[in-house]
Amino acid sequence: MKQQLERILQSVQKPARYIGGEYNEIIKDKAKVNLRFAFCFPDTYEIGMSNLGLHILYGALNDVPDVWCERAFAPWGDMEEEMRRSGVPLYALESGDPISSFDIIGFSLGYEMAYTNVLNMLDLADIPIRAADRKELLPIVFAGGTSCVNPEPMSDFFDLFAIGEGEELDLDIVNLLKIAKSEGWDKQQFLAEAAKIPGVYVPSLYDVSYNEDGTLNSVLAIEDAPKVVTKRIIEDLESSYFPSKTIVPSTEIVHDRVSLELFRGCIRGCRFCQAGYVYRPVRRRSPDFLLKKAKEALSDSGYEEITLSSLSTSDYKGLNELCDNLIDWCEPRKVSLSLPSLRADNFSMELMAKVQKVRRSGLTFAPEAGSQRLRDVINKNVREEELLESCRVAFEGGWNSLKLYFMLGLPTETDEDVLAIGELVNKVLDTWRTHAKNRSRGVRIHVSTSCFVPKPHTPFQWESQIEMEEYSRRVKLLRDNMKSRSISYSWHEPDVSFVEAVLSRGDRRVGRAIEEAWRMGGKLDSWSEYFSFDRWTSAFDKCGLDMRFYACRERKTDEILPWDIVSVGVSKSYLESEKKNAYDGIITPDCREMCTGCGADALLLRGKCDE
Amino acid sequence: MNRLLMRKTGDAKFLSHLDLMRTMQRAFVRTGLKIKHTQGFNPHPYMSFALPLSVGVESLCELMDFELDEPLELACIPDSLNKKLPDGLFAVSAYKAENKFKNIKWLDIFCELYYDVGVPECAAAKIQNIFSKSAVVEKRTKRGTAQIDIFPLINAVKIECATEKMLSIYARISAQEPSLNPGLLIAAVNKYEKSLTPDFTKMERREIYDADLKVFR
Repeated sequence: MKQQLERILQSVQKPARYIGGEYNEIIKDKAKVNLRFAFCFPDTYEIGMSNLGLHILYGALNDVPDVWCERAFAPWGDMEEEMRRSGVPLYALESGDPISSFDIIGFSLGYEMAYTNVLNMLDLADIPIRAADRKELLPIVFAGGTSCVNPEPMSDFFDLFAIGEGEELDLDIVNLLKIAKSEGWDKQQFLAEAAKIPGVYVPSLYDVSYNEDGTLNSVLAIEDAPKVVTKRIIEDLESSYFPSKTIVPSTEIVHDRVSLELFRGCIRGCRFCQAGYVYRPVRRRSPDFLLKKAKEALSDSGYEEITLSSLSTSDYKGLNELCDNLIDWCEPRKVSLSLPSLRADNFSMELMAKVQKVRRSGLTFAPEAGSQRLRDVINKNVREEELLESCRVAFEGGWNSLKLYFMLGLPTETDEDVLAIGELVNKVLDTWRTHAKNRSRGVRIHVSTSCFVPKPHTPFQWESQIEMEEYSRRVKLLRDNMKSRSISYSWHEPDVSFVEAVLSRGDRRVGRAIEEAWRMGGKLDSWSEYFSFDRWTSAFDKCGLDMRFYACRERKTDEILPWDIVSVGVSKSYLESEKKNAYDGIITPDCREMCTGCGADALLLRGKCDE
Repeated sequence: MNRLLMRKTGDAKFLSHLDLMRTMQRAFVRTGLKIKHTQGFNPHPYMSFALPLSVGVESLCELMDFELDEPLELACIPDSLNKKLPDGLFAVSAYKAENKFKNIKWLDIFCELYYDVGVPECAAAKIQNIFSKSAVVEKRTKRGTAQIDIFPLINAVKIECATEKMLSIYARISAQEPSLNPGLLIAAVNKYEKSLTPDFTKMERREIYDADLKVFR
């Protein structure tokens, strides 16, 4: 195989992503390990290697002496074609061994558009794609990651799902499989035992029935499987595994830098944001701990950039202290610091001046909605004055380029709200005219809109997505009313968002359509070169499923939802009250102002968030 | 100016020139050696390679110039670097450079041509014949394609049937001004002796020389 591979690598684009051998890659002696884990990322190397979760779990699993975790990514189309033609199966980058020879295969599911890649990678590995067609104990094929908060659309393909944070959960699964292997269990026995691990969902242990109107009638657990699977979390982020020695790719990837995770969870409660709900409760690391880890990671990797990662960096208690200390260390070493996810409200001149000391990066704000009314509906508590104040500070500080992100199609949105985006952007432009440090250089305001996708486990999980034609109409309305030469407007096409909406709130039947879409050639759907809307509609038609049933249907709050099987800690009644608040335009204060009782604190043994 | 002699072999041949630059920059940081940075808004470590290598070609003689911020025993640099490099990159020696890259004139390239059903008869003689006179092949340039005669760019060439399935071309070719892409040697074989088109080719840069054919360091 090695020689076959060498041959095909000569003829494909960017062969460096298929060779492994990077600095800090972990090689173990096959003879000395008891369990081999293939960490499969269902997208390209450049995307997968940019994923912090991959580095954490790779390190945590390889910390176990008798486990060897290796990596595999989705090959680009040219490579896949050559692999299939030469009979080279999907292989792990570390050993070059075929994935089919591994004991356990774990997929990281971060976004719905990667679903077809899972099937394509399994097929390329010569592994039956459906769980029911894999009769033997090995390999166990499972998934973890954010998309698993609604596991149902992919439940035909995985033996089990790991719901929540994987640092400890993956090890529990691996340890059970070691026992199963040594005692010669069959697959059924293993799955029944695995279902007892908190956070494990085994779809084959549930019977699902539907009503005539297509909604769920019942989901019944067979045997002792839990009625609801509650996600796992790491309570103490400082004693859990931290990736200081990570693989440094030899070729360019998307996020080619040290990523320092400040905290998990978010205090804000923006009602459209799935991450804001499913990563609760808020747990933080201390500035001292982070500074120490940042120095270790930078020294070890040789990276020239570090980014602070979290859902809302400005909400990190101790951000100033951490930034000061980081800059003191980074500046003489020519390491630059970037701060993504800054809120437009408490953005300070001081912080901005700090981060641009070594290299200046771009500036992005996400007001999400144009009018204050709609921002209240979605609980994005950024006031116009705050945004304009942040812009003033930025322009006075010499910035002359700014990105602004909005969503169209949020619940209750009217044309007035759409036009308010244009008005807000014009006010930003006025702010630049009044406060620009150097007006002769001009200014670029990049405005971008996407079509809102209602997501499971959010207060908007019952909402209908707007029709694609309606989204396009609102795009045109905004475009016609935002004509300055300093503004560039780009919008995401609604067809991808529509498919995303279908897949994210799908039930088990949607799996058939995903399989059909893959059989019709679907893969790499998050890449515009590969995405085909017609293929998705044909696949659903062929399976007799109505995509609009999943995307554009308002659900009643008493409807059984496919993802009710999963609890992320936030109660359904809380989401329902948040939905009501949204329609009443009532703001919910952030978690620091007061606890509004979402329920996620019950996941903590010590019972208090954000300590 | 300090110079590093290094090898790029095995799968590392698939790293691009930019990949190599980035990897070396980071490897220096890992060793703790303080490398001099460029001035300006976007400071980056100063380093420069002689003769950028094509993706897919191995090399035993890559030269990289660099400057340090602090005086240091150059001899210990390869050892520290080798602990911090990915597979296939190996630092051989570090020394004070006395000769400028522009004085490089020739390089040795070793090509292995593989034939799955065995090397065709008289292949060595036929290929030798191609390189013994004017041979015009198509070259891709920034502005489309051009026809070039590779004969004047070849100083010496030796062809051998190394195994039943592999034939080797050892060629001394022009390294710069103008450079000869070693892939064009194979292109000439494909053009003038179609039946000798190999199923697979490997190439390795073996040595570099100045105009007097003295090994360049």
